Amino acid sequence: MPAANKPDGASPEMAWAELMRAGLAGDAAAYRQLLEAIAPRLRKFAVHGLMRIGNADAEDVVQEILLAIHLKRQTWMQDQPFLPWLNAIARHKLIDVMRRKGRRGEVPIEGLIDVLPDTPPEPETSQSELTKLVSRLDGKQQTVVSSISLDGNSIKDTAAQLGMSEGAVRVAFHRGLKKLAELYRAGGTA
Amino acid sequence: MKTDDFIAALSADAPQQQTPPRRAFAIALVVGAIIAGGAFLLTLGPRPDFMHAIQTLRFDFKFVVTLVLAISALLVARDMARPEVHRSGMRPLLLAAPVLLILAVALELMVVPPDLWMPRLIGHNMRFCTTMIPLFALGPLVLLLWAFRRGAPDNPARAGAVAGLIAGGIGAAFYAAHCFDDSPLFVATWYTLAIGVVTGLGALLGSRFLRW
Repeated sequence: MPAANKPDGASPEMAWAELMRAGLAGDAAAYRQLLEAIAPRLRKFAVHGLMRIGNADAEDVVQEILLAIHLKRQTWMQDQPFLPWLNAIARHKLIDVMRRKGRRGEVPIEGLIDVLPDTPPEPETSQSELTKLVSRLDGKQQTVVSSISLDGNSIKDTAAQLGMSEGAVRVAFHRGLKKLAELYRAGGTA
Repeated sequence: MKTDDFIAALSADAPQQQTPPRRAFAIALVVGAIIAGGAFLLTLGPRPDFMHAIQTLRFDFKFVVTLVLAISALLVARDMARPEVHRSGMRPLLLAAPVLLILAVALELMVVPPDLWMPRLIGHNMRFCTTMIPLFALGPLVLLLWAFRRGAPDNPARAGAVAGLIAGGIGAAFYAAHCFDDSPLFVATWYTLAIGVVTGLGALLGSRFLRW
């Protein structure tokens, strides 16, 4: 396995860029490895950023950033450095969260993800904002998204269970994820 | 939901991917120009003395300035679609069209006697001009906003405005082929106003639809 999971030391950027390229080419395992590698950094980033406004679940922010990375992954130009892109997405979403919480204000400086040490353990979240939002999706999207994300079924199993083609499940899942992002923007949990 | 589960879910979606922004802009530009061109040919069409007109500097200048605007704004837009680009190095190019226009107006004021200034500025059909340019720009604008949605613009309203500049430039270039008012005085006044309307509309739509 590449150095992507190494806590610190040499910059993992090259390894991450490599995983991202593989992911963009359709390699789900590499893509997952990348998201798992960056999640601890994003967590640290979110915790740090939220200290000033308090009272928001950092894990929700982490998931929101991950979702934005996922939905906007085609905007990374593969011949460009990966970290500035990652930082920009993380900052953008953190600012977004702060605005929603009614604070504007400065957001941590660029490159923070670079500087920070690693990995607090992931806190358990019971009913995150995201889970509540899934319940607001339309019929088929909700079924598909909750089957895959909440119950942890594969696309293949979900397709078999619902009697849909894998392609149709993929499309519904993808649309569901996009819709989730829209619901987030529209004001989170109501 | 635990983040690990969430990541597993996201990676199940790995192969599905949106069109990269650069390709989306190329598509928007080609299809948008076809739509605007089609609308132009179906409604107005080029002016009858088109072949004669293209031999005159003032007429040709209308295409230069509108296309320079569209191209410079497109180069800026491609950068703005990338989240990590905060200040596009292309931004100074946006000055090219205004500078050209100011120079042309200065030349016009030098060669045309003052009592013709107002008639040339008012022209023949300014209301038509300020209506048709935004109408021709509408198709390209919608497609360019679609392209921007494939991107991740840091500032949605500003991105929408730049989309408006491109679309306005395209719409104005087509309208220019019909329009009998060739004086830079007319162009600087009414074309600018019409493109400004499209730009404002773009900013409005951008702040609404380009958030992510």
